[in-house]
Amino acid sequence: MCPTLSEAESKRLLAAHGVPIAPESVVDGPAEAVAAAEQLGFPVVAKLCGDAIAHKTERGLVRLGLGDADAVRRAAEELLAAARPDDGEVGVLVAPMVSGNRELIAGLQRDPQFGMTVMLGVGGILAEALADVAFRLVPIDRTDAHEMVEQLRTQALLGEFRGEPEVDREALVDVLVGLSAAAEATPRLVSADLNPLIVHEGRPVAVDALVELDGTPEGGAA
Amino acid sequence: MAPTTEQFRALFEPRGVIVAGASTHPGKFGFVCLHNILAAGYEGRVFATNRDGAEVLGIECLTSIDQVPDGAADLVFICTPASTNIELLQECARKGVRAAFVASAGYGEAGDEGRAAEAELVAVAEELGILLAGPNGQGVVSPPSKLCAQIVAPYPPAGHIGVASQSGNFVSSFMNFAEHSGIGISRAVSAGNSAAVTVPDYLDFYADDPETKVGLAYLEGINDGRAYYERLRSVAERKPLVIVKGGATAGGARAAASHTGSLATDDAVFDGAVRQAGVTRAATVEEAFEAAATFATQPRPRGPRTVIYTTAGGWGVVTADAIARTDLVLLDLPDDLRRTIDTKLPPRWSRSNPVDLAGSETRDTIPEVMEIVASHDEVDAVIFLGLGIQANTARLERQGPFYPGHGLERIVDYHERQDARFAQAAADISAATGKPILTATELATTDPTNAGPAAVRASGRLCYGSSNRAVTALAHLWHDTRWRQRRGLL
Repeated sequence: MCPTLSEAESKRLLAAHGVPIAPESVVDGPAEAVAAAEQLGFPVVAKLCGDAIAHKTERGLVRLGLGDADAVRRAAEELLAAARPDDGEVGVLVAPMVSGNRELIAGLQRDPQFGMTVMLGVGGILAEALADVAFRLVPIDRTDAHEMVEQLRTQALLGEFRGEPEVDREALVDVLVGLSAAAEATPRLVSADLNPLIVHEGRPVAVDALVELDGTPEGGAA
Repeated sequence: MAPTTEQFRALFEPRGVIVAGASTHPGKFGFVCLHNILAAGYEGRVFATNRDGAEVLGIECLTSIDQVPDGAADLVFICTPASTNIELLQECARKGVRAAFVASAGYGEAGDEGRAAEAELVAVAEELGILLAGPNGQGVVSPPSKLCAQIVAPYPPAGHIGVASQSGNFVSSFMNFAEHSGIGISRAVSAGNSAAVTVPDYLDFYADDPETKVGLAYLEGINDGRAYYERLRSVAERKPLVIVKGGATAGGARAAASHTGSLATDDAVFDGAVRQAGVTRAATVEEAFEAAATFATQPRPRGPRTVIYTTAGGWGVVTADAIARTDLVLLDLPDDLRRTIDTKLPPRWSRSNPVDLAGSETRDTIPEVMEIVASHDEVDAVIFLGLGIQANTARLERQGPFYPGHGLERIVDYHERQDARFAQAAADISAATGKPILTATELATTDPTNAGPAAVRASGRLCYGSSNRAVTALAHLWHDTRWRQRRGLL
């Protein structure tokens, strides 16, 4: 069995190994959500967050572009009301609304032949049609990570794009090297997804994260 | 346990060879192998055994390994039925044999019983200290030792490409390319069932083998990707390694599974692993050979900046297009280089890259300007097009009804001499500047006897069959170089 970590915990685990994650708060109620939003700056997104919630979008548990305190309060109330008993302990995750025209994906997957791998790909609605992905085996160093970025066929997406600056490749390398470090330090890790990584003003920002661990005790699986 | 260097030396540089199971029937493996060993001029002692002691190809066969003088042979090539091979190995070990190539079938490829026989063979060889190649393989070739111990063709010229393959037929294919191009082979081995010695084991030996400059391998499915990765990386860190992999697509993977019974992995992960390991992966068999031939014969570029040097306009244009599709850079011609070329050529030359001589050349300008281009600091590599055009004209004249009259003999000779000279100049200037100069013309395949490609071949370089193939090969050479530069390995 593969328990998933909540979005907030997934991000915390990855951030501890150097994956750059945008600031966010997980709070218990509408008032705290408003306070968090005021601290982060509007607009924000609000999502219902819990260990057992892996498919937020499908269940309508994401509210985007909340521009003021009222909107945040309303969204938090609705999200908490939508929680089901089997969701377990839940909270409201409040994060800055990240905008950008480009989406990438990055993650970790365990391959039956090669073991743990780091992945970088072009994301968004055309991700599957393009199948523009690069894999490396964990561990990777910064040189390997640069070569993954270089390997993507859709290089035009990484240059200046629709008025946005070119993608900061070092920041993208930080993501990949951080993922690799997280995999090395977490033997129970089965997979990790940063999807999407929105390119905001040239920097990749993970707006969602999902980490899966296997059920055996720490260190029980390689 | 991986074989020792000494065991590999017995396989590739044996002081004597035994063909076990020699046959008087020219259709049988036991005949063909002996024929090939003798025909290639192997200089060590050759022994052959068969049950009735018949003479084969002038060799009096022994009826037992016991009759081989102690220490006279260290390699045995086995064509006998699987059931007799255990005893045979034991006898060979007593005579000092350290390596066995087992061509016999009826092992792992032949069901449960065969698998058991194979496991026993491996265990016995291990206990006896014999390197076991195969079984069910086509043989081993080592031109520097004039050794052609194989049951197939051809016997390629000696050179510096070390071949190892999971499919015997691809060993032949690579050797056919070697024979056609003149870019020779240091070692070639068909791994057969790889019961004891695997393709990475051979590549690992090549990585430290002074005769080998580049490894070339055909792989299918692999069973332990992580271990494979570690082995290939260790090889690639020491020497360039070119692979072509079968079973890269879903359809190919099904074919591979039925071929070797091993698993094919997700190609995107495999592709990432080989890039990470510094292995050059070629899309096709011919591309793999040409990449290996390039590693074996060209100096490394210091960077990606490439000049197309051509007497053929259209070819220059499509080559520029081909470069644009790679990580190579079509160098923006530096002003000082343009001005220097201006002093050598009339104004109608292209004045840009491709450097198109546009018929401006006189007798000496092709080598002169080539040297000027290749010597410039900003130029990392040159692709030379248009070779053989003069000699092609000469051929038409030579074969026509007016030859040798009408002064044709003189001009035919002149044309052919010029093309040979340009080809030699490309090799000489490349050697002098330490920069790759790749010569491409379709005449390399349409008319290899043309003086241009023939002279490229004589210079020890590959004449690429089209400019696109030269660009692909140069891009592989640059990628390998960049991988090493970035990791402090150059």
